Amino acid sequence: MSLKEATRESYGKALVEFAEEYDLYVMDADLAAATKTGVFKKAYPDRFIECGIAEGNMMGVAAGMAASGKTVFASTFAMFAAGRAYEQVRNSIGYPHLNVKIGATHAGISVGEDGATHQCNEDIALMRTIPGMVVLNPADPVEARLCVKAAIEHKGPVYLRFGRMAVDTIFDEKYQFEIGKGVVLKDGKDVAIIATGLMVARALEAAELLKNEGIDAAVINMASIKPLDNDLVRKYAAQCRAIVTTEEHSIIGGLGSAVCELICEQGNCPVVRHGVEDRFGKSGPAPALLDLFELNAEGIAEKARYAVSLKK
Amino acid sequence: MIEEVKQQLKKNAHTIRMDIIEQVHSAKSGHPGGSLSIADIVAYLYFVELNVDPKKPDWEDRDRFVLSKGHTCPAVYSALARRGFFDPAILPTFRHIGSILQGHPDMKHIPGIDMSSGSLGQGISAACGMALAAKKSGASYRVYTILGDGEIEEGQVWEAMMFAAHYKLDNLCIIVDYNGLQIDGPVSEVMNSAPIAEKARAFGLATFEMDGHDFDSIEKAFAAAKQVEGKPSLIVANTVKGKGVSFMENQVGWHGTAPNDEQYEQAMKELKEAAKCL
Repeated sequence: MSLKEATRESYGKALVEFAEEYDLYVMDADLAAATKTGVFKKAYPDRFIECGIAEGNMMGVAAGMAASGKTVFASTFAMFAAGRAYEQVRNSIGYPHLNVKIGATHAGISVGEDGATHQCNEDIALMRTIPGMVVLNPADPVEARLCVKAAIEHKGPVYLRFGRMAVDTIFDEKYQFEIGKGVVLKDGKDVAIIATGLMVARALEAAELLKNEGIDAAVINMASIKPLDNDLVRKYAAQCRAIVTTEEHSIIGGLGSAVCELICEQGNCPVVRHGVEDRFGKSGPAPALLDLFELNAEGIAEKARYAVSLKK
Repeated sequence: MIEEVKQQLKKNAHTIRMDIIEQVHSAKSGHPGGSLSIADIVAYLYFVELNVDPKKPDWEDRDRFVLSKGHTCPAVYSALARRGFFDPAILPTFRHIGSILQGHPDMKHIPGIDMSSGSLGQGISAACGMALAAKKSGASYRVYTILGDGEIEEGQVWEAMMFAAHYKLDNLCIIVDYNGLQIDGPVSEVMNSAPIAEKARAFGLATFEMDGHDFDSIEKAFAAAKQVEGKPSLIVANTVKGKGVSFMENQVGWHGTAPNDEQYEQAMKELKEAAKCL
């Protein structure tokens, strides 16, 4: 429970672990040291393909490999995977529904010092608009590993979102992950906090803050942003009548939007989105940046109070 | 080339040209110019060069073909149909609601299409992936891809060439349809991509040239490309956009315009006349 590790580290380790059982190929665009595919490169040099700083071509090569029967992980930073190579991902991987897994690291504000150009807060929005694309955003090292396994076993394109900053392990070895399923971490009746990625740990903290104020908040981990666990979201909309979504991503187009799209057809349950407001990131140490952008427990609690006030 | 083979190829290419006009006219949209310019090369590929089996379109060891300039798929749809991958009777459903024959190649639904393509610059990368997969698996199949001379203005094409040379993909053969015209005008005026062969050589590819309408020349270039070891090959195919239909030849306006009924009749009349000489 005490292991603190960035999900990108867990990603690299998982690739090595599962390469024993599965015939995986891993590609990178000159960022293997940072995305942590470097550990795979070391363990399986014949199954690692360096593509150089050319992400568009890498996605196309991955598509061609997949069209020839290979299971391929294409890795780079979220900014270049979902951003720069969006159209290659859409047309060469998404449209033919090829078996390419996009391992995108350095997502969100927690990239830290590199600043706005490398802090991708739009990748979930971009990727989930592609028909047939699965979008996964694990919360901790345990879930990151399970997401890699689920991606391998899923036939078709998957976008995996990993972070640069070390995060606490919040799940134990019995934790199970399934594509399309959310996990209730804490039940509650006043407001449901639906969290993804590194905001899950902060959502649990927020629930504690709220408890002291007499607000009984449920916390749901939604690593599977697409497909979304519609049944679970609907259930908690009915049960709590107020939802807060929280994500280290723009409030436009991400988990919050996905939940709004579902719940707006149901009515009678306000959804308040917490995340990066409509602005670019900044340079600075990741923990300080997360506070600056109010991506912390207090930020979530504030939105939860507001969501509760909207009820009636 | 054996005379009978050449005669047969001429007939095949001629059928492809008739089918192109038929499809584009029936769809009231599409790209006749660049389809006609690759008709002879596509005929040679599907009737001589490619090791494919219409009964087993997904056969693992087949040669792969990626039409990177995907908008000229009427030529390839015709070749696939005439080679037996699907019924030629569906060719006139091209671009129609409910047809498998999408406006650009769709590998999910069209037997024989190895890669969905059409967004320019992307097919060549997929072809690189297929060639690399063969290397990794120890498979002996070859991969062919046709690009447009306008298409190579896309930066991704040069990323892919760098990649192909870096990984010594000598099982990859890139053909550039050098017809000299793109949508907005002559390639030399829109964004000059010449000299193509020199650039490709600087990128580490073996280059060849052919007359894309002469089967002896086509055969020679493909045979030479096959001999190359340790590097990918690129063939610059000198072609005429709109080849075979007099009023479409070298006319930029026929890049993406369908013939009206009158033009269709005239084109088919010309092609039928030409058939008499075969």
